[in-house]
Amino acid sequence: MDAALLPLAPLVVVAGTTVVLILLDLLPPRTSKVHLGVVALVGIVATLVSALFLWGRAGRAFSGVVVLDNFALFFDVVICYAVALVLLLSLDYLRRNGMERGEYYILVLFATLGMLLMAHAADLIVIFLALELMSLSLYVLAGFFQARLTAAESAMKYFLLGAFATGFFVYGIALIYGAAGTTALDRVGAALGSATRDPLLLIGLGLLLVGFGFKISSVPFHMWAPDVYEGAPTSVAALIATGSKAAGFAGLLRVLLSTFRGAQPDWTALLWVLAVLTMTVGNVVAIAQSNLKRMLAYSSIAHVGYMLVGVVAGGPLGAGGVLFYLLVYSFATAGAFGVILLLERGRQEAVNQDDYGGLAARHPVLALTLALFLLSLIGMPPTAGFAGKFYLFGAAVRSGYIWLAVIAVLNSAVAAYYYLRVIVYMYMRDQEGVPTEPAPSFAGRLALGIALWGVFQLGLMPAPVLDLAQAAVAPLLR
Amino acid sequence: MVPETYYTMLSAILFSIGVVGVLVRRNPLVIFMSIELMLNAANLALVAFGARFGAADAQVLVFFVMTVAAAEVAVGLAIIVAIFRLRRRLSVDDLSLMRW
Repeated sequence: MDAALLPLAPLVVVAGTTVVLILLDLLPPRTSKVHLGVVALVGIVATLVSALFLWGRAGRAFSGVVVLDNFALFFDVVICYAVALVLLLSLDYLRRNGMERGEYYILVLFATLGMLLMAHAADLIVIFLALELMSLSLYVLAGFFQARLTAAESAMKYFLLGAFATGFFVYGIALIYGAAGTTALDRVGAALGSATRDPLLLIGLGLLLVGFGFKISSVPFHMWAPDVYEGAPTSVAALIATGSKAAGFAGLLRVLLSTFRGAQPDWTALLWVLAVLTMTVGNVVAIAQSNLKRMLAYSSIAHVGYMLVGVVAGGPLGAGGVLFYLLVYSFATAGAFGVILLLERGRQEAVNQDDYGGLAARHPVLALTLALFLLSLIGMPPTAGFAGKFYLFGAAVRSGYIWLAVIAVLNSAVAAYYYLRVIVYMYMRDQEGVPTEPAPSFAGRLALGIALWGVFQLGLMPAPVLDLAQAAVAPLLR
Repeated sequence: MVPETYYTMLSAILFSIGVVGVLVRRNPLVIFMSIELMLNAANLALVAFGARFGAADAQVLVFFVMTVAAAEVAVGLAIIVAIFRLRRRLSVDDLSLMRW
């Protein structure tokens, strides 16, 4: 490979795989598209390997607008794991729903390219392009089951609100350009250092935060999330909940910690409030949900709140904690969505709590798997959720945000209620009528196995990965 | 010569009209037009700021925004048509299958 393209290796691999997929889609067989999914999976694994291989290297490409550093590489790994799990889960899921089309895998890889580009972006223009590449692909994917009214509705809501947020984002870029005279992140940072609180720059940052807040679904920009998760195909919901959220945090962390470090007191005060609102609203509303996909949507909102606690705490501990938590959260959330996706009740997807009654008696392994993912989301030791929360809240306490940590811990206790309720249904209730049965999908079980491995690997031995996460944020904090 | 602040003020006004349009209108097509207005307000601001700094990178960004807006139109209209086919009506108030 050309030396100038080396920093882009993960992006090049994904883009190349996407082009291959587009060509393959035109060739026979026309009825089965599983081979496209397998090729996509191979591409994602190759991307993962290239990211691991590049670890520790630094570089820039395209006149410095795309950057390679450990921060970007860590996010590459998180996103690739999430996308690989989603692809494994999709292989059989699409066929069962009669929507086996090549576009699905192509769009998933385009969205992945956007996510990776976001992690590698060193210029506001590139962040904008990455955001849009990811979002436009996900709008289409959300409405992929086009004959269903709920799918069309979720795509429409996602699209209108997403485009609205894009408007704010672009205007924010325009104002920042007006104040700093450049869109390169490091030079904006330098301009901020010399300017004495330029209001234009701060308003611009505020508008950027609206755009990012939408992507990571933090309160008050979270209203789309439950509807989109419920209406979209479950595999796509898992992708939105893990990959696109990780990409949003990649952009947010790079802009806040590196570029706008000079304005830290300003945005810390704002994010403190957003963090408290996000976790409280997410957890309280999740209690009222009986649909599991909606419950996981509100739970994902609450988890964004926990991660914002880490952003507020800042420093290698706080920011590193956020990166670690993203990995932990992605494994558990993709796994939980994966179990829902495998279960069917009378040709319908099992999304209601009642569908889970007595599951442990009939399918003990699957019930135990879902229970472990939910326990990880609660934060029970020895699962990864405990380690993740421990480091995040610990960072908040060390940075002096005692109250924030207290509120976060109280929120985790509230969250236990609605996660445990599902476990109670599985282990202590009986089911009437048509029983819930899992689909016989080897790829799906493999995905659950990988996610489960992640939950325990990170839970029992968190230190090595946490060290990597802290090394990853070091280039931003320098 | 018109001062640069006039352009930025105009762009701020257009952006506000766009935001209000998104919030008060009920037809997805009109909402979508309001969003386009927001994007173009940002374009106007970018061109005005670019003229101040005498640099071309803002103009380049405008081209990117226009291209992305075109892609957004393609996806957005497809979604709106899909909804219309299923419902034969077009109002965001009808999008109420899923709530809370």
